Amino acid sequence: MASAPTQETFSNFQQYLTKDQDIREEIRVSVREIEQTAREILTALQGVHQPSGCKDTVSICKRSREMFANIRRQYNELAAKLPAEQYYRFHDHWRFANQRCVFLAAFLVYLESDKLITREEAAELLGVKERREDGFHIDLDDFLMGLLQLANELSRLAVNSVTAGDYSRPTKIANFVAELDAGFRLLNLKNDALRKRFDGLKYDVKKIEEVVYDVTIRGLNPPPAQKPEAQAEEQ
Amino acid sequence: MAARSGHLYRGGFHGGHHKRNSGKDRVSHQKISRREPKVDENSPIIASFRTYQALMDRKNDKYERLVKISRDVTIQSKRAIFHIHRINSGVDKTTVLKEADEKLIAVREKLCQIALELQGEDLYQYIRAISPGLQEYIEAVAFHHYCLGNGLVSLTQVQSDLEFPATEKPSTEDGDCPSHPAVTLYVPPVEYMLGLADFTGELMRLCITSVSSGDMDLPFQLCQFMREVYHGFSSFSYAGSWELSRKMHTLRQSLHKVENACYTLQVRGLEIPKHMLADVFSSADSEDTGRNDIT
Repeated sequence: MASAPTQETFSNFQQYLTKDQDIREEIRVSVREIEQTAREILTALQGVHQPSGCKDTVSICKRSREMFANIRRQYNELAAKLPAEQYYRFHDHWRFANQRCVFLAAFLVYLESDKLITREEAAELLGVKERREDGFHIDLDDFLMGLLQLANELSRLAVNSVTAGDYSRPTKIANFVAELDAGFRLLNLKNDALRKRFDGLKYDVKKIEEVVYDVTIRGLNPPPAQKPEAQAEEQ
Repeated sequence: MAARSGHLYRGGFHGGHHKRNSGKDRVSHQKISRREPKVDENSPIIASFRTYQALMDRKNDKYERLVKISRDVTIQSKRAIFHIHRINSGVDKTTVLKEADEKLIAVREKLCQIALELQGEDLYQYIRAISPGLQEYIEAVAFHHYCLGNGLVSLTQVQSDLEFPATEKPSTEDGDCPSHPAVTLYVPPVEYMLGLADFTGELMRLCITSVSSGDMDLPFQLCQFMREVYHGFSSFSYAGSWELSRKMHTLRQSLHKVENACYTLQVRGLEIPKHMLADVFSSADSEDTGRNDIT
């Protein structure tokens, strides 16, 4: 019943806790920077909801894409602070930042090319690794969460693009989100946060379909071949 | 899907992904004014979701397997603990501890399976699956270690038991233990500490039952030891996890019980006959055992 080893056990653990806390503090600083940059990018991308921005997505995208350089640098800093193979020990600290960044990257890629971002593209844009084995990566669940946020944002964009007089966009968005929905249906989701978020996707789908319906019954969304004249008539 | 999206396609528009299709497909698409939604396997979105599906299933399956093994570890560790409690029932102490040791070796085989599942993975990704089993195992090991008279088991000792050397068994008829490479199950310090906190609960039970069996020295030894442990736990400046502070509370209650027992022994030990003293304690004990059975 020697007390020396007992006390040693506890002082070792105390040291471990102190070190753990230090790492967490460092991580928090980095994550806060990433979140700040993410907010800036979001603000920049929000321009597409403005009537003027609707017509000028190209320049908005260009500016936002440049801002991702900051994110890449900050993710590199964060990754350097992390002990090897302990990504998930601190996962909670950057979970939401990662989801937000995936969303921003996916939104940007959609605005640029009407395509769904792949994990590979997202990793490249954020300056992280694609696979866990290679280092700091984006967890699959967080990536999918980001995509669900994208669907929500697109439902807003569908509404606003109609207000801005762009009647063809909602149809494109509807098509895209329907496919995204079909993709999510392939997944065997557990009863977790992702599942809950996915359950909200149907409302986004519905909203977009309503917009398409409104536009279509008023003949505002003519076939692409006749589009230019039709639009001229409307105006 | 078809019914819902039907009207979207009436206009014969061009969605984003159509641009990536071949020219032939595009022509046919323009001829058909109404078509089924594209949930075909050629779509890049569907294709990438197929890979996500595979990744996610793989992770979930592994998680479920780990939960299963962890439950076995919990059950077997609990049995080892119950076995050690029989020390007081008149059975030879060394035999009891030897049998308990055998049980713990069996538990380690299960832990080896966990280590194999986690090979090349991030342990913390699956920590929720294995945490209960791991803590129960640490509790059993600490209890066994203490009863052998070795004081508090250290993390290094726990860890060294969980380094499994490579086995190259030529006999593959034993399906459970095929040959495997050397693996180590890393014990996170927090899990170790949580296991130790549970272990003090066992000490409290041991203390109470030892009085009933007429051992008047053990309670004082245990009380002293538990004070040391409590002292160690209370020194942590960092409140740590919610779990740890909850266990601290339980530890405090256990210590309180043991201290009260020692107090009663000291004050009344000389006054009342032993068999009556035993009655005093067994009534106090029945509360704990009732609670312990539930948890």
